[in-house]
Amino acid sequence: MTTFTVNGTRRTIAAAPDTPLLYVLRGELELNGAKFGCGLGQCGACTVLVDGEPVFSCVTPVMLLEGRAVRTLEGLGSAEAPGPVQAAFIAEQAAQCGYCIAGMIMRAQALLERDGDPDDAAILAALEPSLCRCGTHVRIVRAVKRAARAMAGKMEAVR
Amino acid sequence: MKRVLLLSLVAAGCGALAALAYAWHGEMAPVSPPPAAAFERAQIERGASLALIGDCRTCHTAPGGPTFAGGLAMPTPFGTIYSTNITPDPETGIGRWPLAAFVRAMREGVDREGRHLYPAFPYDHFSLTTDADLAALYAFLMTRAPVVATAPANQLPFPINIRLVLAGWKLLFFHPEPFANNPARDAAWNRGRYLVEGLAHCGACHTPRNLMGAEIRSRAFAGGEAEGWTAYPLGAQSPVRVPWTKAALAQYLREGWQADHGVALGPMGPVTENLAEAPAQDIEAMADYLASLGTPASKTAMPKAPAPDASGQRPQSTGWQAAAIALPADTGAGRRVFAAACAVCHQAGRPLPLGGVDLALSTALAAETPQNLLNLILRGVPAADGLAAPVMPPFAAMDDTALTALLDYLRRDIAARPAWPDLAPAITAARRAASPQTNVNPAKGAP
Repeated sequence: MTTFTVNGTRRTIAAAPDTPLLYVLRGELELNGAKFGCGLGQCGACTVLVDGEPVFSCVTPVMLLEGRAVRTLEGLGSAEAPGPVQAAFIAEQAAQCGYCIAGMIMRAQALLERDGDPDDAAILAALEPSLCRCGTHVRIVRAVKRAARAMAGKMEAVR
Repeated sequence: MKRVLLLSLVAAGCGALAALAYAWHGEMAPVSPPPAAAFERAQIERGASLALIGDCRTCHTAPGGPTFAGGLAMPTPFGTIYSTNITPDPETGIGRWPLAAFVRAMREGVDREGRHLYPAFPYDHFSLTTDADLAALYAFLMTRAPVVATAPANQLPFPINIRLVLAGWKLLFFHPEPFANNPARDAAWNRGRYLVEGLAHCGACHTPRNLMGAEIRSRAFAGGEAEGWTAYPLGAQSPVRVPWTKAALAQYLREGWQADHGVALGPMGPVTENLAEAPAQDIEAMADYLASLGTPASKTAMPKAPAPDASGQRPQSTGWQAAAIALPADTGAGRRVFAAACAVCHQAGRPLPLGGVDLALSTALAAETPQNLLNLILRGVPAADGLAAPVMPPFAAMDDTALTALLDYLRRDIAARPAWPDLAPAITAARRAASPQTNVNPAKGAP
């Protein structure tokens, strides 16, 4: 048994301790935002946040997550009420096939939480582990910048 | 009495003048950038090979920036030094440097204007380079595309920020001598020694440095540190279990990995990427010389690699596609982490580069400190561009408890060595170095 939170909800997982987090998310919890791409921690489609840091969930056994906080794409917003990063990706039409985008969004989220105004180099470095074979890279970078502006505006409004 | 005082004053004055004369180097008159036609094609090509062996572009290129335009931040124990622009741009590069100025920089560590250069630029090795090779390097660099780029100012504390201080450093630690062939050895060995000790500047990382940042030549190749990575001892002092052979060294230098030792990571990664393009003959020569540095005297008995946990399958992936691993109830935490996160590749029985390194042989596990192993686990092994080379994902989710248990298990049960003492500070340091906030050159293998 492994207990950790997923998008703020406490979950107790019965799967074998060496089961990759990705399989638990998709198979057991029906959170299908994170995708199975390569299964080798090389493509980034399975990226989720653990305590705010992006990790490849396909190579992360659940036994490492006892007491930790996992966030997935579903934790950032829904189709009806997308979060600022998701909304920015939609507004910039940053997806072509879309398979990598869940991971891209999670990496962008982690970046923007530690750096509210990243430059191009910081965005490229942060998203570098995620592979996109379609070629919407320019739109993805634009989306991250749009999200940064949106998040900064929201902060202003709160103040 | 007055006379003694006067004499001492005169002596002190003379001393100061002599010191200034030693420290002072004049400016060399600038030249118009020489046209490409001024150089022979063969000479430029020779220079290109030598530049690969010298690893020039690794330091003189900022992450994502134009090649040779400088600006890479080099963290040193004294502060951050930025590499300079060595493209032939007349204003911001070396376009107005005559050959003599280039030779002086490589041999004496003084720029065209006469300023002392910091020994982060390894002129203590480059000084061995022959006139012909320096001319070839000059021909190669002067025929690259000029790039306008000025490096950020170095961040060094007083008094190290005063370049004249370097004259004192040179007086103490820099005594260049021209390279002399050893007549008892053949041409290949001598060529290898010339490159290893000179342009390739292997000792810049693999030889320990003193408090003033100078290599301790009496402890050549006893191991050092660079950019948060351990540069392992070479030759007789190497911690490896399987002694390096000439063939193994040549493969490692060209391909960046060797099945009986491991993968070139950290600052060694770009070195092997460069050597992959260098002339095979030169790599063979370097391997020849490096192999002659000796092999460790006593070998501990080689532990047998634990039998694969998986039932002989060759999984392409983790989890469901791998056979279930049944562990006895009393299995320790480290072994459990290993079985869940590592075994699927490292005990799958597939050879490199498709499977994991045999950890019983890995130099990272045999090394004196856990520094490289921690870097490896936290950052992974990034895919090499266009090469069949090993890859490993970073295991960023491992907390300190899991890491500590895993490292204890790997070190004691897999490598059959005494546990590393005091893992906590090493883990903290490795985490700090791997984090995007503190990694100054994120393109170099950050997660």
